[in-house]
Amino acid sequence: MTRRQYVLFALLIGVVAPALLLAVGWWQVDGPGAKPKTAPLPLAISEMDFSLSDHEGNPVGPATLIGRPSMVFFGFTFCPDICPTTLADISGWLNLLGADADSMNTVFITVDPARDTAAAMAEYVSYFHPAIRGWTGPDAEIAKAAADFRVKFERVPTEGNGYTMNHTASVFLFDATGRFVSTIDYHEPREVAVPKIRRAFGQQNEVQG
Amino acid sequence: MKNTCRTITLMLALFLSSAALAGPSDITVEKPWSRASIGTARPGVAYMVIRNDGATPVTLAALQTEVAGMAQIHQTSTNEQGVSSMAPVGDIVIQPGAFVALAPGGLHAMLMNLQQPLVEGDSFSLVLVFEDGEVSIDVPVLGIAARGPEE
Repeated sequence: MTRRQYVLFALLIGVVAPALLLAVGWWQVDGPGAKPKTAPLPLAISEMDFSLSDHEGNPVGPATLIGRPSMVFFGFTFCPDICPTTLADISGWLNLLGADADSMNTVFITVDPARDTAAAMAEYVSYFHPAIRGWTGPDAEIAKAAADFRVKFERVPTEGNGYTMNHTASVFLFDATGRFVSTIDYHEPREVAVPKIRRAFGQQNEVQG
Repeated sequence: MKNTCRTITLMLALFLSSAALAGPSDITVEKPWSRASIGTARPGVAYMVIRNDGATPVTLAALQTEVAGMAQIHQTSTNEQGVSSMAPVGDIVIQPGAFVALAPGGLHAMLMNLQQPLVEGDSFSLVLVFEDGEVSIDVPVLGIAARGPEE
């Protein structure tokens, strides 16, 4: 090895290789090769803090959800596609659960309280399974609830002065103590969804299921 | 030889003319349905499968219906964090032999500025405007909680 070859070799080991490693590392962690970041998990219900009203005007909050398993999701009634589909899916799951549907809380929290008043929520949920409760409230309390559930939402203007809402569409399951159990994602088949709901009931119901 | 040439020319002419004619007559719309609305304040929706049985691509450029002030194809997408959003998709090109499904949670005909409530059991006319012609279909209105025409 000549002196010149030696210098080149040293450069390769000392400079080029670390630079290459750094580049690969960036690509995998922060760059285009990064794995998609999954959504953060909701808090336990006992750690949540918000005050809303249900579609009949009753005051509700995290304490309302303690004592029975809970299924909670966020949406808005001016949503033509994903929200009615999710509500229809949930109604189907509740039908399959039979009597258990009345032994749990199923709550639809609006991310659009400006349009989704208690009256609007009442009319909307009346078309779905009777166990589904609609919750609404002041912007600040909706924001606190969304933050506790780690739900994102955003108002997006549409053509002609209207707006739509981008929002987390997952369904969250909690056990009777308020511990987070699992998420049901959009379009999961009922064969997957219903056993997940039964798991929120605990061991004794899993045998039946 | 002359005959062969003529046959090929004829076949080519036939092929080209049929290709040129590919248009609304080669489009089949299956299983259209809509959801009942509550009044007219909220947008309505329509779903269907649009099939192109022709030999050339077709482009769906617009939607027209008397029940809505504006009708557009929108797409709902859900990212890896579970956040759903909705946006107009513009022109839709359907390749020969292919189909486009408008189904819950994906593509849908968004019926904005409803002119009348969509009532379960009724139906309404929807015109699919392609670049080279129109297809008019009748869309039955199912219940608000409907998940599709099969249920």
